[in-house]
Amino acid sequence: MTTTLTRSRARTRTAAALAALALAAGLAACSSSSSTGASAAGSPSTGASQPALSGTVTVFAAASLQGTFTELGKKFEAAHPGTSVKFNFGGSSALAQSIVGGAPADVFAAASPATMKTVTDAKGTASDPAVFVRNTLEIAVPKGNPKHISSLKDLAASGVKVALCAAQVPCGAAAQTALKAAGVSVTPVTQEQDVKGALTKVELGEVDASIVYQTDVKADAGKIDGVDFPEAAKAVNDYPIADLAKAPNSAAAKAFVAYVESPEGMAVLTAAGFKAPAAAAAGSPSPAASGSPSPAASPSA
Amino acid sequence: MRRASRTAPAALLLPALLGLLFLDLPLVGLLVRAPWRELPAQLAGDQVWEALRLSLVCATSATAVSLVLGVPLAWLLARTRFPGQRLVRALVTLPLVLPPVVGGVALLLVLGRNGIVGRWLDSAFGLTLPFTTAGVVVAEAFVAMPFLVISVEGALRAADPRYEEAAATLGASRLTAFRRVTLPLVAPGVAAGAVLAWARALGEFGATITFAGNFPGRTQTMPLAVYLAMENDPAAAIALSLVLLLVSIAVLAGLRGRWTGTP
Repeated sequence: MTTTLTRSRARTRTAAALAALALAAGLAACSSSSSTGASAAGSPSTGASQPALSGTVTVFAAASLQGTFTELGKKFEAAHPGTSVKFNFGGSSALAQSIVGGAPADVFAAASPATMKTVTDAKGTASDPAVFVRNTLEIAVPKGNPKHISSLKDLAASGVKVALCAAQVPCGAAAQTALKAAGVSVTPVTQEQDVKGALTKVELGEVDASIVYQTDVKADAGKIDGVDFPEAAKAVNDYPIADLAKAPNSAAAKAFVAYVESPEGMAVLTAAGFKAPAAAAAGSPSPAASGSPSPAASPSA
Repeated sequence: MRRASRTAPAALLLPALLGLLFLDLPLVGLLVRAPWRELPAQLAGDQVWEALRLSLVCATSATAVSLVLGVPLAWLLARTRFPGQRLVRALVTLPLVLPPVVGGVALLLVLGRNGIVGRWLDSAFGLTLPFTTAGVVVAEAFVAMPFLVISVEGALRAADPRYEEAAATLGASRLTAFRRVTLPLVAPGVAAGAVLAWARALGEFGATITFAGNFPGRTQTMPLAVYLAMENDPAAAIALSLVLLLVSIAVLAGLRGRWTGTP
């Protein structure tokens, strides 16, 4: 009796240990991509003045930044050998929620101060967010503008299918502001979760128009046409960026933010149609001090 | 069942309990974190009931579509022989393996306004499916029907074909034999398949949001509402999730007897 018991117990222990191992291995596999910062063997930095950065920088950025940030990421990697920039593009509000929910991210670039506030309210940023660009809205229509849309009022016409961003995401909030300014009420056929979703519906010809950012129209110039409207001036979006309190790779996070705000970074952004922030010189905190200690930035292993 | 826990070897019991915990702890978490005090206010909004009604209507319609098309398809796979049958079966089960979002993309490209079939539907009947409630049903049926087909085909294979042969010798046509003999014989399998399909349709998210878009009252089903609420109002998302959880439990409880009685 006793022998069987001990044996079965030993067997249980082995099984439990195995199960625990399997679990741990599974978890490690899932989270390994985010925690390579410290372990990755950084190749010797070629830039003499730069502190040696290494590992992965995970950047959560608004969908409308996809083109420019992908390019900035490549340039950043080239400037800092040994680093690799990973992006998660999506609706700013969804990204903000996942950061608050504990997603391992180093940098957050949002398409509106309101979505950034979700993160700052949860004490999720390491430093105060700084507005780095602004973006204006434009009506996107399929190539050739088959429904002859020339103003916001045309979107309310019957028989015109419109895709808007959901009001929860910045492009949707801005579109509502613009529509209100124009005194137009539009019933969309769908409320998309991010601006690229709305854009795709235009590109596929499934809708006749959508309200998106100028930069999106510019990026997709070959496939869609843009229609400017005066009310866009009343709904300009500020894009804030910040490195995050729980950044697994906080040094590289600060460097990436600094790079985006640098003249080189701004050149890429303005070439894509983004506008420099209104009071850039006055308000934004100096991003250059990447070596200075930041009180909140203590990477939690 | 007497003292089963004493005889269950610990090596099986431990992972089994872990498994149980793993499956049910998140649901307990949902209950724990539920904003009970705000709940009445959260659930008072029309949007919740609109989404729930839409979810139930669409899942039921999708199940009906699956039954009408899926049962004959299962019969074809189980009771006939034709070249390329294996390929056909693989094609039928493809949506089961395919990520639903991919299904949504495919549906949009085929049934969209500029799609291969959709263009013709639009010009011939003025019918466009994307962004409509019918589009939701199409997306859900696409994802759910394979579950029904697999289930019914299994039941057909298990059923003795000699009953049908006997019916045939008594002068029944193949269709009559199917209607009067085969169908009653595999009814439990059909019911099980329908329940599976309904449950799958109720939870459908990816194909729906891709193909049918998202608009409250028209295409925003419960899972879409939960997902979007999670973006700026987690409390509302939890409230919606609780409603969906309650519906699921009610369905399970209602089907308990039939569910355990099926093979």
